[in-house]
Amino acid sequence: MSIAADTSPKFTAYAHPERLVSTQWLADNLDAENLVLLESNEDILLYETGHIPGARKIDWHTDLNDADTRDFVDSETFAQLMARKGITRDSTVVIYGDKSNWWAAYALWVFTLFGHEDVRLLDGGRDKWIAEGRPVTTDKVVVEPTEYPVVERNDEKIRAFLPDVVGHLGKGPLIDVRSPAEYTGERTHMPDYMDEGAMKGGHIPTAKSVPWSKAAAEDGTFRAREELEALYKDDAGLKEGDDVVAYCRIGERSSHTWFVLKHLLGFESVRNYDGSWTEWGNAVRVPIARGEEPGNAPS
Amino acid sequence: MTATPETAVPDSLAEIIDDFQAMEESDRLELLLEFSRSLPELPAEIADRPELLEQVVECQSPVFLSLDVDDSPEHRVSLFFKAPPEAPTTRGFASVLYEGLNGLPAAEILAVPADVPDRLGLTRAITPLRMRGMSAMLGRIKRRLAQHEKLAQQPSQP
Repeated sequence: MSIAADTSPKFTAYAHPERLVSTQWLADNLDAENLVLLESNEDILLYETGHIPGARKIDWHTDLNDADTRDFVDSETFAQLMARKGITRDSTVVIYGDKSNWWAAYALWVFTLFGHEDVRLLDGGRDKWIAEGRPVTTDKVVVEPTEYPVVERNDEKIRAFLPDVVGHLGKGPLIDVRSPAEYTGERTHMPDYMDEGAMKGGHIPTAKSVPWSKAAAEDGTFRAREELEALYKDDAGLKEGDDVVAYCRIGERSSHTWFVLKHLLGFESVRNYDGSWTEWGNAVRVPIARGEEPGNAPS
Repeated sequence: MTATPETAVPDSLAEIIDDFQAMEESDRLELLLEFSRSLPELPAEIADRPELLEQVVECQSPVFLSLDVDDSPEHRVSLFFKAPPEAPTTRGFASVLYEGLNGLPAAEILAVPADVPDRLGLTRAITPLRMRGMSAMLGRIKRRLAQHEKLAQQPSQP
């Protein structure tokens, strides 16, 4: 049985408020029987320096990505991972992490590929919990392994592949969530970040630029509903009923935007193109637009 | 082959590599965490002069380094690193380089092979991408040394 949703007034304005919990809700529910708390960070050692009591670590790369193919883990591997983390199919999973929940949102999106029903984010993530002086511990968490069914991964609804995006051009909106310099083509990777290698710079034609971090406030929490509406609808022109594709560099920042569009603003059809710029910027003969204008779909 | 400079791993760094290699993969991460805790603070004379610090932009977190070459005939090198506590992986890499290379003659640091980070046996757990941050730190140290005025005036022994 899932645990009652957080009814904070800020959340009730969102399309799916049950997808977020506040730090206070988490503090009140830390010992709830069916709750499993997961920490998903960019820095692989950050969890070990101190984590929320009871939280289990999940690593986006070693746990969620396939070891050999550029893909996510398969159904068996996911089921084994869930069992190791003490998660059952009806667990309420709350995920939090560093950097405004960037990697936490990525993990949540992968859980969604496997249809895990009740998965939520901690609004503000790791930084907010710590900033509020709430407890962290380096105690090792002992997990009682569980049984988790092998469920088929369903990529169709929330994941876009390169041919899907090619077919999407001119038919539906694209949101590029990278930094402005990556969008214009001035650079192929984030400022201050390493280059993961893209032959060409720029963006997918017709994509509107909405850097992912605009959806997050200074304290790492998601911005209020009306601010998000202004950002994605008024500024980027998304309309009710749109079939939206979001992308970034490897699909992690766009998971954050996917969460905003899908669960906070309630767009029914939102897909994350996880191949993103490291695929598009290397692919042969796909169209690329440079500069600040979105550009046109090829005729 | 004469164009290829001689490479060698200094004993202090080789010991650290051996320590990592002797462990299981999960314990290697623990060891890296211990290294991250032991990275010394910047001395005041460097901390007060941020212009001396160079950012390693290839790293995922804000990490800065600086170095100083002394006037001894060997040109011994002091290394300085600054990385925030919320970036333990990066701190760990910096700390391994500090423990392994600080105080050595410049020529020995310049001779460190570029693939040393791969020899720690962390690539699978940390991912090749994250390991690149450490390679970048080593590369920047060597580049700074190669361009250092004290070394330019007095080329190392033939």
